[in-house]
Amino acid sequence: MSGNHLIEIDNLQKYYKGGEIKALDGITNNISKGEVVVVIGPSGSGKSTLLRSLNLLEIPTGGSIRFDGVDITDRHTNIDLHRRRMGMVFQHFNLFPNMTVLRNMTLGPTQLLKQPVEEAEQYAMELLQTVNLADRAAAYPDQLSGGQKQRVAIVRALCMHPEVMLFDEPTSALDPEMVGEVLDVMKGLAEHGMTMVVVTHEMGFAREVASRVIFMDAGKIIEEGTPSDIFDHPKSDRLQSFLAKVL
Amino acid sequence: MAEYWQDLQNQFRLNFIDDDRWQWIVRGLGSTIVITFFALILGVVIGVVIASIRSTYDKNLETYKLRGGIVYPIMRVFNAICNIYLTIVRGTPVVVQLLIAYFIIFASSRNGIMVAVIAFGINSGAYVAEILRGGIMSIDHGQFEAGRSLGFNYLQTMRFIVIPQVFKNVLPSLCNEFITLLKETSIAGYVGIVDLTKAGDLIRGRTFSPFMPLIAVALIYLVIVLILTRLVHRLERRLRSNER
Ligand SMILES: Nc1ncnc2c1ncn2[C@@H]1O[C@H](COP(=O)(O)OP(=O)(O)OP(=O)(O)O)[C@@H](O)[C@H]1O
Ligand SMILES: [Mg+2]
Repeated sequence: MSGNHLIEIDNLQKYYKGGEIKALDGITNNISKGEVVVVIGPSGSGKSTLLRSLNLLEIPTGGSIRFDGVDITDRHTNIDLHRRRMGMVFQHFNLFPNMTVLRNMTLGPTQLLKQPVEEAEQYAMELLQTVNLADRAAAYPDQLSGGQKQRVAIVRALCMHPEVMLFDEPTSALDPEMVGEVLDVMKGLAEHGMTMVVVTHEMGFAREVASRVIFMDAGKIIEEGTPSDIFDHPKSDRLQSFLAKVL
Repeated sequence: MAEYWQDLQNQFRLNFIDDDRWQWIVRGLGSTIVITFFALILGVVIGVVIASIRSTYDKNLETYKLRGGIVYPIMRVFNAICNIYLTIVRGTPVVVQLLIAYFIIFASSRNGIMVAVIAFGINSGAYVAEILRGGIMSIDHGQFEAGRSLGFNYLQTMRFIVIPQVFKNVLPSLCNEFITLLKETSIAGYVGIVDLTKAGDLIRGRTFSPFMPLIAVALIYLVIVLILTRLVHRLERRLRSNER
């Protein structure tokens, strides 16, 4: 039942080919306000599917997700209204190439939240300042480096004043020297109390920033706990062998 | 040489000046432009509708299936109708389509130009639809997902994010379709319309001198096509410079 959890995931399933492929095989989990949940696991374990289910970019074949008490998997729920409250950051940025950085950021607030342009732009500029990109407001995405693009993608999502931020391998498409600048922005967000769900291979980030780490394999949550539980005292064989490979 | 020059002048007078035959050309050109212009508008309207249905169906197929309800069967029917239309229009010669429109479907209509507009419009719509759909499908799926994840619904995502990118990509192809359409209307004579081509041919039939009227007709088409091509290039350059 709904306590004070922001997101309640109940027996979530995502089957392909009539159950032959179980991308999510009965996930149950609760995420509270202010938590930073980092999801780790081998390739194909269902991390992206889980994350993308949270805002219904992926439609589960079974189970339910409640966001702020509302079952968003019910097809009578207006998912568009809930998506405004959940920011998402993609591996490949997905900035709008035909718009400036500023326009990328203000499109949602002006069109969906009906903010006046000046107000939206002012807030966008404040956010750009926090990620040191105020001088690139008029640039187009293909004039930016990968790290800059991802920082813009993050603040674009923040312009909608989301209550939770979802990240799907936000640094995997970046050159190594740009990973740090993006992780720093995410760390800053976490410190400001943002609720975050992060799929990543950056174990250092998980250890340092996560309030909880979830280890998935074959569509199931195998183990979860504090970074210290997961990294220093892994219980299951699968987690141990996974950590042996990635650490 | 002088003799040859004299002969050309006589030919010109015979084919264009005598009996005011040049007026046929002018009126024929008028018909050609009217048919092309209105067929293009009809074609774009049909094309937008068909492309919207088809790409909406393709993009949301999985969602429809998983979420159930009445939307999926309805969209399936619409999509099937579009596919039948595309198959028939693209699988038969446009001349045959024009003849069927004139002698069967609109057999009772005396307004040849209107029938031609409808026939060419329906034909062009199929090609416009596929150009637009190709343009929509060529946009990275991540653009849709970024739009949807911000909270835009499907139509808003199309309107604010996808279509502006598509428009730029498909403009050259759409203009080429326009040029193709202009040339295709030259078969309008099959159903008794005096378009530019038919006008030249009628003059040829009167004067029994094919060279002048037919070359004149060819030149007029060529000039129009060259002007259109020029405009397209300029438009393309304008769009590109807007980008940056
Ligand atoms: N459209 C699809 N059809 C069939 N199977 C799919 C489809 N999409 C995903 N899968 C399968 O679902 C499983 C989970 O995929 P998912 O992308 O969630 O894994 P992941 O943990 O994010 O992996 P990675 O670390 O490589 O990104 C995989 O086995 C994948 O092959
Ligand atoms: Mg993934």
